Amino acid sequence: MKTGRMLLATALVALFAGGAEAQVSVKLGVLNDRSGVYADLSGEGSVIAARMAAEDFKAEEKGIKVEIVSADHQNKPDIGSNIARQWYDQDGVDVILDVPTSSVALAVNQITREKNKIFINSGAAASDLTGKQCSPNTIHWTYDTWALANGTGSAMVKAGGDSWFFLTADYAFGHALERDTIAVVEKSGGKVLGTVRHPFPGSDFSSFLLQAQSSGAKVIGLANAGGDTINSIKQAAEFGITQAGQNLAGLLVFITDVHALGLQTAQGLVLTESFYWDLNDDTRAFAKRFAERNGGKMPTMVHAGVYAGTLHYLKAVEALKDKDPAKVMAKMKEMPTDDPLFGKGQVRADGRKVHDMYLFEVKKPEESKGPWDYYKLIATIPAAEAFRPLEEGECPLVKG
Amino acid sequence: MFELLGIPPQALFGQLLLGLINGSFYAILSLGLAIIFGLLNIINFTHGAQYMMGAFVAWMLLNYAGIGYWWALLIAPLIVGATGIVIDRLFLARLRDLDHLYGLLLTFGLALIIQGLFRNQYGVSGLPYSIPPELAGGRNLGFMFLPNYRGWVVAASLAVCLATWFVIEKTRLGAYLRAATENPTLVQAFGINVPRLITLTYGFGVGLAALAGVLAAPIYSVNPNMGADLIIVVFAVVVIGGMGSILGSIVTGFGLGLIEGLTKVFYPEAAATVIFVVMVLVLLIKPAGLFGRAA
Repeated sequence: MKTGRMLLATALVALFAGGAEAQVSVKLGVLNDRSGVYADLSGEGSVIAARMAAEDFKAEEKGIKVEIVSADHQNKPDIGSNIARQWYDQDGVDVILDVPTSSVALAVNQITREKNKIFINSGAAASDLTGKQCSPNTIHWTYDTWALANGTGSAMVKAGGDSWFFLTADYAFGHALERDTIAVVEKSGGKVLGTVRHPFPGSDFSSFLLQAQSSGAKVIGLANAGGDTINSIKQAAEFGITQAGQNLAGLLVFITDVHALGLQTAQGLVLTESFYWDLNDDTRAFAKRFAERNGGKMPTMVHAGVYAGTLHYLKAVEALKDKDPAKVMAKMKEMPTDDPLFGKGQVRADGRKVHDMYLFEVKKPEESKGPWDYYKLIATIPAAEAFRPLEEGECPLVKG
Repeated sequence: MFELLGIPPQALFGQLLLGLINGSFYAILSLGLAIIFGLLNIINFTHGAQYMMGAFVAWMLLNYAGIGYWWALLIAPLIVGATGIVIDRLFLARLRDLDHLYGLLLTFGLALIIQGLFRNQYGVSGLPYSIPPELAGGRNLGFMFLPNYRGWVVAASLAVCLATWFVIEKTRLGAYLRAATENPTLVQAFGINVPRLITLTYGFGVGLAALAGVLAAPIYSVNPNMGADLIIVVFAVVVIGGMGSILGSIVTGFGLGLIEGLTKVFYPEAAATVIFVVMVLVLLIKPAGLFGRAA
């Protein structure tokens, strides 16, 4: 008798709860560099961005309980893999976010596929993530080496820089960026005079810069990132390389790098990004709120990508009232993306998120109105041209 | 021969000179380590963090107090050296009679804490610090463009290394120091305050690291990790030169800079490992190091 009443009560509660909102709880893991060369451009900022996305989406009111965890992969594939496995196997993480450093990202890409979870990458660059190594469980959100090469590479060739020498970080990312840029340079009628691969991370680049100088190339392409790029640019100025007429192409430069270099050294640098805090009212409003939480530092495109990726994921979960990875991935690819930071876009079959890319030039010190006012917009590369065409990526998911 | 390898001789001279410049940093840093090890028997793993602090103090002096490079060259080593003295008094003095391992663990832990604090405060991207106007620009040597600042780094570090070597090996003060390590009780009996001598020596070694940091500030990015990457290489230099050998650390510092420079030309991918290959070879053939006396 008593049991019967209990059952009835439980059923009633269940009915009531079901009528109001089915509760889905999701666990998001932000995995990135929290102490090394990429900690400023990803790091804690990406955790802040994910949290802001959950808050702005008002997930709680929509019946989605969001929990966010974070960890430091130290830019090492083995460490990143261990964390990813532990998160998926033991800690119940549904989605891994961010993951800069392409070597780590490619490892997490594999594990996510094995465990059938979801990986929304913002920080890594290697275009292989949506090329040969593409996975039905991965979305590559913010940018990739093809897009960078296409933006900066073709802009430099158009401006007359038809002979190139590469300084390349000796790991997956550097190789991918070098490969994609060489393709763009050669396609636009330029030629490559040589490349040198430097240990990652490095601190003294003068030797490599001197080799680049004696090659006589018009453009020195820096296929590296973070602290390596900062030191390369700083030392190129010191050795009078830029003054002597050779141009530097920073193939992957983040706003935090420009901040660290100072405008005096960085001025005139041409670079490609998918986000800049001062693009429009929406990005400015986001950046202002972000900076308040991030010690006054403006968001990078990686932070913006984590925010937008999280938002899109939550939208898909809301629409499905379910977090089954296959269904959510299908939904995320089916629904057009729309967020205040990247505008309208879509996630392609190969996992590539497409949106506009921007070609910027770093301002001269006298043009800048204050801290973080660093970029002039030179050109907008429309979404349709900004990324590698679907059929050229050799992604097995794309039948054609 | 050079042309055969695709490197014209003048390019090679340029690379050798660059190697010498990097060698200057290795030399000053390994010199400090060698002094601290030789006289205190402490394997000072905080050395990299203290080098980084030198660069940061230079940056702070400029940005908070408006004090430029030349004064920073003097003041930053004093400030960082003073923190070294505090560390010695508070921690290291208690470890004097214990195994090397304790000092190593303690200083390693301290290095992690110091780096963590700076990272928390300033981030990892680094801070800009310009070359002083007096040393801006450069001159064309025919085979390469040598920035004046790099020339200054080589000259300054050579001068500092030689002066230090001279003080320790050829003066009365140096004799006291060397005697105090051999037999502290006896030296104390002659009325010399040995504990103070040892503390000041640690402060001096740390000051050398900070000096290298100030010298590095204008050419490398000033960031909390700048020392962590370097310290491992510098330890290899000290091991190759012979632990505790003053002259050995200076010669090896410059020498390995040259070897690394050459590797960057012929096989750049190995530039980060070549020093360790040399270290393995030296340990196999002469375990006490090139200039070390067998224990």
